Amino acid sequence: MIKKGLFIQNTWFSIFKIAVLINGAALAVIVFFILSRGWRAISWEFLTQAPRDSMTAGGILPCIVGTVYLCLVTILVALPIGVASAIYLNEYATQGKLVRVIRLGINNLAGVPSIVFGLFGLAFFCIVLKMGVSVAAGGLTLGIMTLPVIIGASEEALKSVPNTYREASLAMGATKWQTIRKVVLPVAFPGIITGSILGISRAAGETAPIMYTGAVFFTPDLPTSIMDEVMALPYHIYVLATAGTNIEATRHLQYGTALVLIVLVLGMNLAAIILRSKMRKKLRI
Amino acid sequence: MESNIKMHTKNLDFFYGNFQALYNVSIEFVQNRVTALIGPSGCGKSTYLRCLNRMNDLISGIRVEGQAMLDSKDIYDPSIDVVTLRRRVGMVFQKPNPFPKSIFENIAYGLKVNGVKDKAKITEIVEKSLKQAAIWEEVKDRMNESALGLSGGQQQRLCIARALAVDPEVLLMDEPASALDPIATQKIEELITELSSKLTIIIVTHNMQQAARVSDRTAFFYMGKLIEVNDTDTLFTKPGLKQTEDYITGRFG
Repeated sequence: MIKKGLFIQNTWFSIFKIAVLINGAALAVIVFFILSRGWRAISWEFLTQAPRDSMTAGGILPCIVGTVYLCLVTILVALPIGVASAIYLNEYATQGKLVRVIRLGINNLAGVPSIVFGLFGLAFFCIVLKMGVSVAAGGLTLGIMTLPVIIGASEEALKSVPNTYREASLAMGATKWQTIRKVVLPVAFPGIITGSILGISRAAGETAPIMYTGAVFFTPDLPTSIMDEVMALPYHIYVLATAGTNIEATRHLQYGTALVLIVLVLGMNLAAIILRSKMRKKLRI
Repeated sequence: MESNIKMHTKNLDFFYGNFQALYNVSIEFVQNRVTALIGPSGCGKSTYLRCLNRMNDLISGIRVEGQAMLDSKDIYDPSIDVVTLRRRVGMVFQKPNPFPKSIFENIAYGLKVNGVKDKAKITEIVEKSLKQAAIWEEVKDRMNESALGLSGGQQQRLCIARALAVDPEVLLMDEPASALDPIATQKIEELITELSSKLTIIIVTHNMQQAARVSDRTAFFYMGKLIEVNDTDTLFTKPGLKQTEDYITGRFG
């Protein structure tokens, strides 16, 4: 009987282990695939020059800069609004029907396909608000798309702060806001930042939300204001691979661009993880 | 019995939604004396304690009826500022709950949120509070280390120091030693006796020996009702009611 139980346990554990291995293998295969085909395209010129010869040669600097700008606007939009919303929902709002409906809305927002965000951004930011195709419109669209991720991560982080901290602070004659600002937020901060960076790195790789709102097929100029249109890494890959002047001849450029994008995104994720562990250590939790 | 009553409740009823947790509780707390609240789990003693600094306000759907007076002011009067009330009526919790900050910052916190800016004064009060809580000698060389590195007993004395820093008039303690080992418990008990010369202490405890050791007066709760309140010596040696006697002799609860 014991032997049989042990056998069943080992079988299940093996299945779990295989699931994890598939996970890791998928990442490894993707990275290897992109790396092996893209590394030859990487050069100093590739990273510092604009595309030439109808985008069949030259570099991708405008795309890198464009993606970074879009990310910055995304952060500026999504981080304050997302964290503020999470604080309201988790700390201030009376838990009831209204809050449940708002949460449902946020969860549904997270499930909206990214192309729908793109079309919304086009209709609302570009046309109604007359922003045109610009970093501002693209960043706002990405920001709205990232909001539910940041709210979710921030709420999780706030929930993980033990209530005993809040009670201790209030019992000493601190106001609710003092309690949130000086006790709750510092403890929740690592979680909020990590979740936010993960959400923004996801946004950095999105094509659909920016293809009508912020990114253009080709512009050799670097943006000088947030009302300028930009090139962006994910959209550039899409363009080269589907609508370029010479799709086959630019394969290595496509993989090279993908490699740069993946390094950027993984780099951000890595930064998030390092930042979190550093801050956790400082708090000793 | 002394006439200087620091705090008292009169016919206090408490409801969680439709559930009545306290019935008609009237107790007087004498200044600079220790009052213990005893009774089996769920009898309402902690709920009652949390009425006295309005910590129950954090729960939605609660309702309080009757009077709860600090000096001659009803603490549930709309004109009362809860923040000020909680500074005057401090609290120590069941589980030690220091903030994940340095030892110094833990104590200084209450001063800072109450608007004390003078650094020299903060340092002075931090030291004084730690001395009052009998933990100064153990932490004076590690003020900038995290409070979470302290032992459970040290953490609880730190929490007491933290509560003392804002100079409360009444200190509520919710089973402050229940998560601690016997030696740490003894230190907390000695501390309670010492502190009672300066402030009024109300302590909830599961441990009847503890109530007998540290308190001047004891109130026995059962099923949300105050059964009996008397001088500790009298209550434990000549309980007025059979129910009290059954509980303190361990026949139930």
